Amino acid sequence: MTQNRSWIPYALILPSVVFLGLLFVVPLVQTLWLAVSDNGTPSLANMTTMVTDLNFGRSVLNTFLLTLAVVPIQIVMALTMGSMVAKMNGGRETILWIWTIPLGISDLAAGMVWLSILQNTGYLNSVLFGLGIIERQTAWLTYQTPVALFIGIAIAEIWRGTAIVMIIIVAGLNQVPKEFKEAAEIFGASPWTRFTRITLPLIRPALQSALILRTVLAFEVFAVVYALGGRNFPVLVGEAYNWQNQNQNYGVAAAYAVLIMVISLAATLVYLKAVKVDPERLP
Amino acid sequence: MANIVIDNIKKSFGAFQALKGVSLTINDGEFVSLLGPSGCGKTTLLRIIAGLETSTSGDVRIGEKSVIGLLPKDRGLAMVFQNYAVFPHMTVYENVAFGLRMQKADDARVKKQVEKAAGLLHIEPYLDRYPNKLSGGQRQRVAVARALAVEPGVLLMDEPLSNLDALLRLEMRTELKTVLQEAGTTTIYVTHDQTEAMGLSDRIAVVHDGRIEQVGTPVEVYNHPATRFVGGFIGNPPMNFITMPVTGGQVTAGAQQFAVPAQGGEIVLGLRGETVERAPTGQGLDMQVRVAEPMGSHLLLTGSILGQPARVILPATETVKNGETVGLTLDPKRLTWLSPESGVSYPAAA
Ligand SMILES: Nc1ncnc2c1ncn2[C@@H]1O[C@H](COP(=O)(O)OP(=O)(O)OP(=O)(O)O)[C@@H](O)[C@H]1O
Ligand SMILES: [Mg+2]
Repeated sequence: MTQNRSWIPYALILPSVVFLGLLFVVPLVQTLWLAVSDNGTPSLANMTTMVTDLNFGRSVLNTFLLTLAVVPIQIVMALTMGSMVAKMNGGRETILWIWTIPLGISDLAAGMVWLSILQNTGYLNSVLFGLGIIERQTAWLTYQTPVALFIGIAIAEIWRGTAIVMIIIVAGLNQVPKEFKEAAEIFGASPWTRFTRITLPLIRPALQSALILRTVLAFEVFAVVYALGGRNFPVLVGEAYNWQNQNQNYGVAAAYAVLIMVISLAATLVYLKAVKVDPERLP
Repeated sequence: MANIVIDNIKKSFGAFQALKGVSLTINDGEFVSLLGPSGCGKTTLLRIIAGLETSTSGDVRIGEKSVIGLLPKDRGLAMVFQNYAVFPHMTVYENVAFGLRMQKADDARVKKQVEKAAGLLHIEPYLDRYPNKLSGGQRQRVAVARALAVEPGVLLMDEPLSNLDALLRLEMRTELKTVLQEAGTTTIYVTHDQTEAMGLSDRIAVVHDGRIEQVGTPVEVYNHPATRFVGGFIGNPPMNFITMPVTGGQVTAGAQQFAVPAQGGEIVLGLRGETVERAPTGQGLDMQVRVAEPMGSHLLLTGSILGQPARVILPATETVKNGETVGLTLDPKRLTWLSPESGVSYPAAA
């Protein structure tokens, strides 16, 4: 009876495969082709245009700097928040709920929230002025204040994207039975040793997922930057957007898209190697 | 040095009282078992002694010093967890070495201690492996080795051999007892296996429903259970309880008469199955045998005495048929008398 039913799983996953194939693989191949061709013939012209563009170097640098600044801070914050929540008895759910509010907000809206704080007539200036720290409206988000602009964008990104990291980490922490920490405690491990020698190794899988997800998303940063800095702070996806919409040059936009994908894939590979998860060492 | 005094410990989880005032003193170097049925509070008590759980009230003193408020690591003890808690991300070697590493022991000492503990528990073949691939019994032995490796002054063990097969268990039991005795380790050993408790312990504390019912040497606890619960929990078959009428401070069993610590009404006789002797019917108590099972070493009879269920043991040389009535005489020195109302036994006759 059951022998000839081996086609059933295939039939059941077929719709999702077709769906992904149509909406992901086809555009992917098209984009790849678009990036490495010119008028239907293979060519590196788009790549050359991209690389020699004035904003290219700055957008690569900005994207990497932002990723390097934001991701480690988010991981550390998420670990701290997760560990604190794990020690709570009451109110845990409420605090988690509040912490995850930014998740429910689109990234453009998040950018607007921070714009309303950081712009010339924003809340930050009002407060600083009210406290007598500044004498007139100060601009934070301009070409002339690159450091303030960078910090503003980084803070907005951290505010927006830490919750997702925290959720993954909290899920990971919940998987670690408390007996491991208790045993370590009995045998004399300090809280810090327990964290580094017991908790961290045991949440490796969660940490790996969080790092990959967060880094890939960081390389795709766009809406928050666009809202706060406009073209004052070029990033990779922003450039792709400009080439696509302003310059109507789909080839160069595709070249940017491919570059972002390659960087993301490379980062993922690095994490898979660096934060290796050995199934033998899991509970 | 490292004696343990548990002084009226109470513990509530919300409205539920897990420990209802437990007091127990364990002398330096003594081996005491906590014996009791599942859910009676053994693990909870151990966790309070270890400092992993806070008691609702009461005091714990180790080596004359109150340890309430001290961190587990400052209490000078090691523990074997009921569910092992062997670290999955470390090799067996590093697991056993963990406590020593935390004490910053040098590599030579670590190696020596790990090999000693591993040898004792027969886990040398797995030292390089990760616990994940080990069986429950193997992991359990890793947990015991980890605790022994630090040579603690006080050792708390929560059912440390529960997952071993009968043969290995017997062997481990003897070896554990030997090393702990040699090292003079004060040990609290949680188990619900009464033979284990009887064989290993200097004293047994029988725990029931959040209370200690009785503390005593295995022989005391066996021969003179303090309560009906203890008598029924310890011994195989369990103690028989037979309610008998009292007239003028005497209980009559056939031709036998016993002075009892009650004047009239009823009293409960606590009778160990192997303390009876076969006799002609009418001499002592008569038993209606339902099933007679020759066990090789002895003959086990199941049936009723005075209409109350009973199990007794006769020498293997006796023959009894199912359905037969046998006469049994009692040994007055080995009887326990209990109050039918409270289930508490009267002190053994001097
Ligand atoms: N953290 C807790 N919260 C609520 N109830 C608990 C908690 N820990 C234990 N209990 C309850 O306390 C009682 C005693 O539990 P404990 O684990 O000490 O039993 P035990 O004697 O070790 O049993 P076992 O032989 O099955 O291990 C049980 O009824 C248990 O449900
Ligand atoms: Mg238990």
